[in-house]
Amino acid sequence: MSEDLSGLDTFPKLLLHHARVRGGRPAIREKDLGIWQTWTWKEFADEVRALACGLAEHGFKRGDHMALVCDNRPRAYAAMCAAQCLGGVPVPLYQDAIAAEMAFPIQNAAITHALAEDQEQVDKLLEILPQCPSLKHIYYDDPRGLRNYTQPQIAAYDRLLELGRESHRRDAAFLETEIAKGSGEDAAAMFFTSGTTGVPKGVVLTHHALIDRAAVAAQMEGLNERDVVLAYLPPAWIGQNIFSYAQPFATGYCICCPESAETVMTDMREIGPTYYFAPPRVLEALLTQVSIRMEDAGALKRWLYHTFMGVARRVGGAILDGRPTTLGDRLLYRVGDLVVYGPLRNVLGMSRVRVAYTAGEAIGPDLFKFYRSIGINLKQLYGSTETSVFVCIQPNGQVKPDTVGPAVKGVELRFTPERELLIRSPGLFKEYYKNPQATSEAKDPQGWFHTGDAGYVDADGHLKIIDRVKDVGKLADGTLFAPKYLENKLKFFPYVKEAVAFGHGRDRVCAFINIDMEAVGNWAEKRNLAYSGYTDLASQDAVYDLVRECVEKVNADLAEEPEIANSQIHRFLILHKELDADDEELTRTRKVRRGFIGQKYQTLVDALYGGRSSVHVEAKVRYEDGRTGTFSADLKIRDAKTFAPAAARKAA
Amino acid sequence: MRESDMTTERLHHATRAQRIGEPVLSVEGVSLAFGGVKALTEVSFDVREHEIRAIIGPNGAGKSSMLNVLNGVYHPQEGTIRLRDGTDWREFHDMDSHEAAAMGIARTFQNIALFKGMTVLDNVMTGRNLKMRCSFLEQALWLGRARREELAHRRAVEEVIDFLEIQHVRKTPVGRLPYGLQKRVELARALAAEPRLLLLDEPMAGMNLEEKQDMCRFILDVNDHYGTTIVLIEHDMGVVMDISDRVVVLDYGRKIGDGTPGEVRANQAVIDAYLGVAH
Repeated sequence: MSEDLSGLDTFPKLLLHHARVRGGRPAIREKDLGIWQTWTWKEFADEVRALACGLAEHGFKRGDHMALVCDNRPRAYAAMCAAQCLGGVPVPLYQDAIAAEMAFPIQNAAITHALAEDQEQVDKLLEILPQCPSLKHIYYDDPRGLRNYTQPQIAAYDRLLELGRESHRRDAAFLETEIAKGSGEDAAAMFFTSGTTGVPKGVVLTHHALIDRAAVAAQMEGLNERDVVLAYLPPAWIGQNIFSYAQPFATGYCICCPESAETVMTDMREIGPTYYFAPPRVLEALLTQVSIRMEDAGALKRWLYHTFMGVARRVGGAILDGRPTTLGDRLLYRVGDLVVYGPLRNVLGMSRVRVAYTAGEAIGPDLFKFYRSIGINLKQLYGSTETSVFVCIQPNGQVKPDTVGPAVKGVELRFTPERELLIRSPGLFKEYYKNPQATSEAKDPQGWFHTGDAGYVDADGHLKIIDRVKDVGKLADGTLFAPKYLENKLKFFPYVKEAVAFGHGRDRVCAFINIDMEAVGNWAEKRNLAYSGYTDLASQDAVYDLVRECVEKVNADLAEEPEIANSQIHRFLILHKELDADDEELTRTRKVRRGFIGQKYQTLVDALYGGRSSVHVEAKVRYEDGRTGTFSADLKIRDAKTFAPAAARKAA
Repeated sequence: MRESDMTTERLHHATRAQRIGEPVLSVEGVSLAFGGVKALTEVSFDVREHEIRAIIGPNGAGKSSMLNVLNGVYHPQEGTIRLRDGTDWREFHDMDSHEAAAMGIARTFQNIALFKGMTVLDNVMTGRNLKMRCSFLEQALWLGRARREELAHRRAVEEVIDFLEIQHVRKTPVGRLPYGLQKRVELARALAAEPRLLLLDEPMAGMNLEEKQDMCRFILDVNDHYGTTIVLIEHDMGVVMDISDRVVVLDYGRKIGDGTPGEVRANQAVIDAYLGVAH
C-alpha cells in the first residue's frame, strides 16, 4: 500500500489510475459458458468509458440516478462506474425484490435510467412503469426472451455500448472533463436500507466516505492488487459493494463473479479467494453441510474428523492468534492440518483465504471458533450502510468471539445513558435522500450517528453489541431480556434455522422455532421417519423432542449467566412454515422481523402464554408464482425444562 | 373464459420471433399394427416450420406410437412420412432412427433415457455425437483437429447448459439429480444435436407445478430462440392449450380432431373422447 492515491477522490478517477498503472492486471472475472473470462483494468476502463458516453447520449447527467437491478456481473459494476463518471448516482436494488418493492426507490430517487439483468427484471420494471413516470430508459444485459419487446424505453446494453463507443470516438475530451468535474464530496451511491422498520430509506454515501473507509480497512489488512474476492452477495447490499467495488478501486485487487447463485460453492473452490466475506448465515449453512456430510462418511473418516476437531477446538484458535502452546499440541495440530483441516478448507474453497470477515448479525461463538480453529482467519467487524461499513474490526491476534473489535482508525465511539452506540467517522453517510427528518433523527448536529444498537466497550477497548436498543426489553420481574441473544443461541444448533423469542413485559420467555429442513430432514431419514414436506416434518413428535433438547441446552447455558439467567425459554412451538422475506417475515437481508411476526401470529403467541398444549392455525400461503392458498393445521406446543440460575445454586 | 384464452393465444403469436412457415413434415395415411392390435389407423397431419404441434389423446390413443413412427423406431405398415429439406421433400416408407437423426430430428423420452452414471456435461455431449467428424484414432491421440472439434462442441454444449440453466449440476452424475432436473438434462441433450424438429414425449409427466411452469418456459424459449419446430405429446391439457399452436387429437389410433387449441376444445368428438359419452 505504498501507492499514492491522493488526489484521486472519486471512483472514476481511481479507475483511470488503475488502468494506467496496472492496465494488464485482472480487474474482474466472470464465469461464462463454463470458462472464467477476465477483464483487465484497461478493458474495464474502456467499457466504462463507452458506457458513460452512451448514457450521456441518452440524457443522463450530473445528479441523475440510475437503478441497477443485477446480480454480480462485470457489466453491472461497469454501469455503476459509468454513472459516477457523469456525476450521477447509481442505486443498486435487490434483484429478488418483487415489482411493488422496487416502485418506492424509483419514485423516491426519481430514477431516470435503469440497468436490468434479464427479462425477469425488465418485466418487473415494466410492471411498475405507470407509477414511475421518471423512468425513461431501461437497459438489459441478457437479451434472451426480450427480442420482441417493443416498448420505447427498452434498449440492449450492447446497443448503449455501441452508441457510446461512437460518441467517444467523436469527442474523447467530453468524458475526461466530466470525470475531472467530480469531487469527493459528491454522492457516489445510494443504498436503500432493508427497512426492518417502516419504509426504506435511501442512504446517500459520498465518494470520500466510501473511499476513505475502504482504504483504511485495506491498509489495516494489507490488501493489495494480488488479492482475489468472490462477489456473491447481492450488490444492493452495502457490504458486497464495499468488497467488490470500493475496495478493489482502492487497492486494485480482482473480483470474480460466479456463474449463478447455485454454483457459488464450486466457483469459490475454483477461484480460491484470498479475502472473503460471509454473513453468519452463510457460514452456518456451510458448517451444516460439512456436519451432514461427515455424518454420512465412513467410520474411519468420522473418527479422524472428531478426534482432530477436538484438537482444533483446544489449540487451533491459540495457534492462529500466535499464543503459546505446547510442542506436542503444535505437532498434533500439524497432523490434523494434513489430514483434516487442510482438506476441509479446500472443500470450503478457503485454502487461500488470508482475511475473512463476518458481520451483519451476531455469530454463535461455537460457529465462529470452528472456522478459526481450522486455520481460517475469520474476524468480526461492525458497521452499517450509514457508516460505509467499517466502524470496528478485530485486528489479527486480538480476536474474541463475543466482541467486534476496537474502533478502526478515524472512528470515534460514544454511548448514551441507554447504552445506545453513537459513532462519528469520516465514513458517515451524507443524508437519507429526501428525508431530512429521518436524517436529523439519525445524525445529530455534532455529527454523531445514532446506531440504534445497544452495547458497551469492554476492558480491552473492544466493542460488544448486545442487541437493538428498541428490542432489549425486560421481563415482568425486571430481568434483562435480549431476544436476539437467545435466538442466536438457539440458531447455533444445526437443526434450528430460525427462532423468534418473546418475553418483553411477560413473566417468562417463549419462542417460535423454524427447523432447518436440510439438517432435520437428513436426521429424519437416518431414523426412517417418513415426511411429506416441511409442515409434516415440523409437526412430528420426534422432531419436537429433538428441538426440546436444543432449547434445554440453551437454558442450561443461560443458567450460567447471572444477568439473564431468568430469561430461559419455558415453552416453544415449531412453526408450520418457514419464515420468508416474501411474506415480510424476514427482511431482504434475512433478519427476523420480530414485531411483525408477533402481530401476524398473535394467536400463536397467546396460546404459548395461555398454557395450551396445541393451537389451531389457519394461514394464507403465497406461492412463488403469486397464487395464494389457505392452509390449516394444529400446532403442538411443548414445555422445556429450565434450570436454577448458577448464582442461586451456589447460594443454596 | 373463452375470450381471455383467445387474447392470450393471440398475444403469444404476436410476440413470437419466428413466423410459422410452410409444412416441414407431413404424415400421410399412416397405419401401424402390432399383430392384431391396431395402434394407428390412417392418421394424416402436417407440422409447419417453427410451430409447436401437440399430439393429445386419452390413454392408449396411440400418441407414443405416433412419435415413435416419426422418429423411425416403429415402421408403419401403410402410409408415408415426408420431410422437407430446404425445398426438396424426402419420402420415407420405413425410416430408420439414424436416418431420422440425420434429418435433424431429436427426441426426449417419457421415462428418461439418460446415462445415469455420467455427468450432465457428458450426457449433453452425447447429443453432439452425430456432429463429430474426427476418427477414433484422432480423438484418442488428441490431435489438433480433434482438439479443435472438442472445443467447438464443448462450447455448443455449454451454450445449451446456459440456456436451460443447469450450470450448477454440470459435473453432477445424472442419477443423483431430482426427476425434474433429469427431464431438463434430457431436453438439453436433444437440443445439443441442434435439431430442426424436436419430439418431446410427455415432457411434463410427473412434475410438480413449478417444474411444469419452468418446462413450459423452456419449451417456448427453445421454440422462440432457436426456431426449433416442436412436436410434443402431453397429458396435461392446460399445458397443451397454453403453449401449442395446433393440436392433433387421437383416440383409439384414429385422428378425431385437428386445429388450434380453441377449435379442438370446441370439437364435440374431442369432448366425447375425453369426458366419455353415453352409448
